[in-house]
Amino acid sequence: MSRRLPWGAMARMTGRRALAAVPVLLGVTLAVFAVAEASPFDPVKAYAGTAGLTASQENLDQLRANLGADLPLLTRWWEWLTSALTGDLGDSAVMRRPVAEVIGERLGWSVLLAATAFAVALVLGTLLGVLAGRRRGGLLDRAVSSAAYTLEAAPAFWLGLLAIWFFALKLGALPAGGLTDTGSDTVTAGQVARHLVLPALVLGLSQLPWFFLYVRQGVGDALDEDPVRGARARGLRERTVLTGHALRSGMLPMLTLVGSRVPELITGALLVETVFSWPGIAAATVTAATSVDFPLLAALTVLATAAVLLGNLLSDLLYGLADPRVGFDG
Amino acid sequence: MAARSVRRATAAILTGALALATAACTNPGSTAGGSGGAKDSAVVGIAYEPETLSPLLGYGKDGNAKIFDGLLAFDADLRLKPALAVKLPRVSADGLTYTYTLRKGVTFSDGVPFTAKDVVYTYRTILDPRTNNPFRTELDALSSVEAVGDGTVVFRLRYPYAPFAERTVHAIAPEHVAAKQDVNTGAFTSRPIGTGPYVLTGWSKGEKLTFTANPAYWGGAPRVKKFTMAIIKDDDVRATRLRAGDLDGAILPPDLAAGFQGDRAKKTWTAKTFDYRTVTLPTHNPVAGDTAVRRALDLTVDRQAMVDKILEGAGKPAYGPVPTDSPWFAKGTERRHDLAGAEKILDEAGWKPGPDGIRVRNGVRAAFPLWYLSGDKLRQDHALAYASDAKKAGIDITTQAGPWEVIEPRMKTDAVLAGGGSPGDPDFDQYLLLKSTLGGDGFNNMARYDNKTVDRALEDGRRTDDLTKRRAAYDTVQRELAKNPGYTFLTHIDHLYVVNDAWDGLSTQTEPHDHGLASGPWWNVETWKPKR
Repeated sequence: MSRRLPWGAMARMTGRRALAAVPVLLGVTLAVFAVAEASPFDPVKAYAGTAGLTASQENLDQLRANLGADLPLLTRWWEWLTSALTGDLGDSAVMRRPVAEVIGERLGWSVLLAATAFAVALVLGTLLGVLAGRRRGGLLDRAVSSAAYTLEAAPAFWLGLLAIWFFALKLGALPAGGLTDTGSDTVTAGQVARHLVLPALVLGLSQLPWFFLYVRQGVGDALDEDPVRGARARGLRERTVLTGHALRSGMLPMLTLVGSRVPELITGALLVETVFSWPGIAAATVTAATSVDFPLLAALTVLATAAVLLGNLLSDLLYGLADPRVGFDG
Repeated sequence: MAARSVRRATAAILTGALALATAACTNPGSTAGGSGGAKDSAVVGIAYEPETLSPLLGYGKDGNAKIFDGLLAFDADLRLKPALAVKLPRVSADGLTYTYTLRKGVTFSDGVPFTAKDVVYTYRTILDPRTNNPFRTELDALSSVEAVGDGTVVFRLRYPYAPFAERTVHAIAPEHVAAKQDVNTGAFTSRPIGTGPYVLTGWSKGEKLTFTANPAYWGGAPRVKKFTMAIIKDDDVRATRLRAGDLDGAILPPDLAAGFQGDRAKKTWTAKTFDYRTVTLPTHNPVAGDTAVRRALDLTVDRQAMVDKILEGAGKPAYGPVPTDSPWFAKGTERRHDLAGAEKILDEAGWKPGPDGIRVRNGVRAAFPLWYLSGDKLRQDHALAYASDAKKAGIDITTQAGPWEVIEPRMKTDAVLAGGGSPGDPDFDQYLLLKSTLGGDGFNNMARYDNKTVDRALEDGRRTDDLTKRRAAYDTVQRELAKNPGYTFLTHIDHLYVVNDAWDGLSTQTEPHDHGLASGPWWNVETWKPKR
């Protein structure tokens, strides 16, 4: 059963979304500047750190002028925007480096972590969801469902510490943190893979319950529908019934979930990266926010917003593919 | 039955994944264990990460920068010794000129020779207002620096400043590298090149800094060839990784350090510090600014109980910024814990107990707020203990938590639980803390302490090199503080480190309030010797 993909419709929807994203992103960056401006945090104090506690007022004023923190909000935003559009993202005060370098260095590691975690959540969630949905009320269903509800309530931070305690401390099987072995100064694929297991597993598990519960619900409901019951009655094989009928309609709600979990994934990554000393973008976001590092904060916010918008687009595209009735109108 | 095959597939996938995971995670004893011959690599866990590694932006300002050297360096007892200079500086009779003779044959790790122009470049760049260096104030006395040939550097001061030589432990940057790029954001800030015992091989921000020994180091190649500092901000995670063998050493709070008492393979190092906790008593608050109240609070507070209960014994009572075991401490200025004495002082000053037990004078209740930094458990504990001690004498202190952004505008009238302390010269702490003209200048002299005798003594102490005169000046400051305590000093806090017992030559330096990169037993890692 092969359908030609409706490329044209999909491209049109993507284009429309891209156009709509422009004002959103502009608004978001302006909002970031405005909120940061209104926050009680002071970029100069943040830059100086502990030195700010003994620096003279003259020294602090000089820093303020150097960092451009004394300019009006709109001026700063406009300057940032115009140079960002020409490809210059400015300098991060708190990292003492160009923003492009900071992001370039960290983004890859965060994407790797988030993608792996997402894959874990998606695959495990679907698998367990189908199994539980087939026999709702069965032993497996009851066990996994209660575990899922528990996980939903467990903060990622706590899960991380638990994982470190169990896998690193009790079993000594997995490294407790970092990107590579603590004593090594080269990055090798093998080391990264080994260090990725725990944070990705924890982040994946923290996202798992939603996928599992959606799939379970979807598959369970689909199996109760007339067409499926009819198919079963006609003696079709269980596997055909499951994959051909139940799974397809049962997956629908989950596809929308894929996109809408992106913000959750970003916040989850924040905590997990912190616990596991993972050198990703999330840790930098916290630093940028609390130190009112405008250029870095704005760039990271644009990234996060773009990720959310892309997530939504992805889930709408998938939904349209899976259910032709929905179409690609966005 | 199809269902069974699905189940079987699931089981297979799960087992496969588990097998993969376990196969992937046999840890090839990278740093763990330490068995099998001498250990020439060390991994330590620290809670602090430098913002920059550029001396021009303040890295290595207190010496001990690992990648860099200063003209001078501190030994274990914080005495100055030569480093990039071959001997201590020659100081002119008026105390305004310091002349340093430089060591010959020193090269930066890229092979370029170190000369006087690097010293001049470093100090001039720091003084340049276009350089975003938040520590510039520390070189306030410096007016100019000049090279005389390749081997001599002359510093000229704006006013005589006795402890100036201690400022010249500051790390020296290579002009031929740093001068070619933006001083505030150039690559040098994260990939520095220096003359020091170690060369930076990597800095994964938020994760670790890795160093390798500099074989051409002028002080001799270090025996610990590889040195790693893992940045782990969370105390529990740090302790966990130390226990897991991932780290060879770590800084830990007292309660977690105690958990390693029974571990025969590890030693706990206690570093004495100048790190104090104090309560600012604002001069502009009608209650906290009153000398009788200040003196009463000084007597009613039970410092020893704070050391025993809050610090679990890892610390000592503080009566001023100078720790009781420092040679600069004025003997006889210790205050006894004396509640009756405190009540007597308050009674005589006219603070009489009101109906609710809180004292009143001329319609003013003896009450004021005390702020502490939210999230800082140590400060919270100190603040609560202080308030409950004060209550016993009839002074009502309300403790409140907040971030610095909230606390700062209130510092003029509200008390704050503050911390600070830099080892070395008494001028470093006391001038900023007590000089009346610095009241309200940033976070200096938060209490706006205003005492003419102290002001005079502070100036005398910094403008002479004569040790007897200096000692007399700082004795005066401490005695005045006992008579009119504008701050209630509570404790000096020890810093605890737990380290694998695999090396000889470990010791600790007296440490400042800030946990610098090189605080801890690894302050001299370049001279550690692996145990056989």
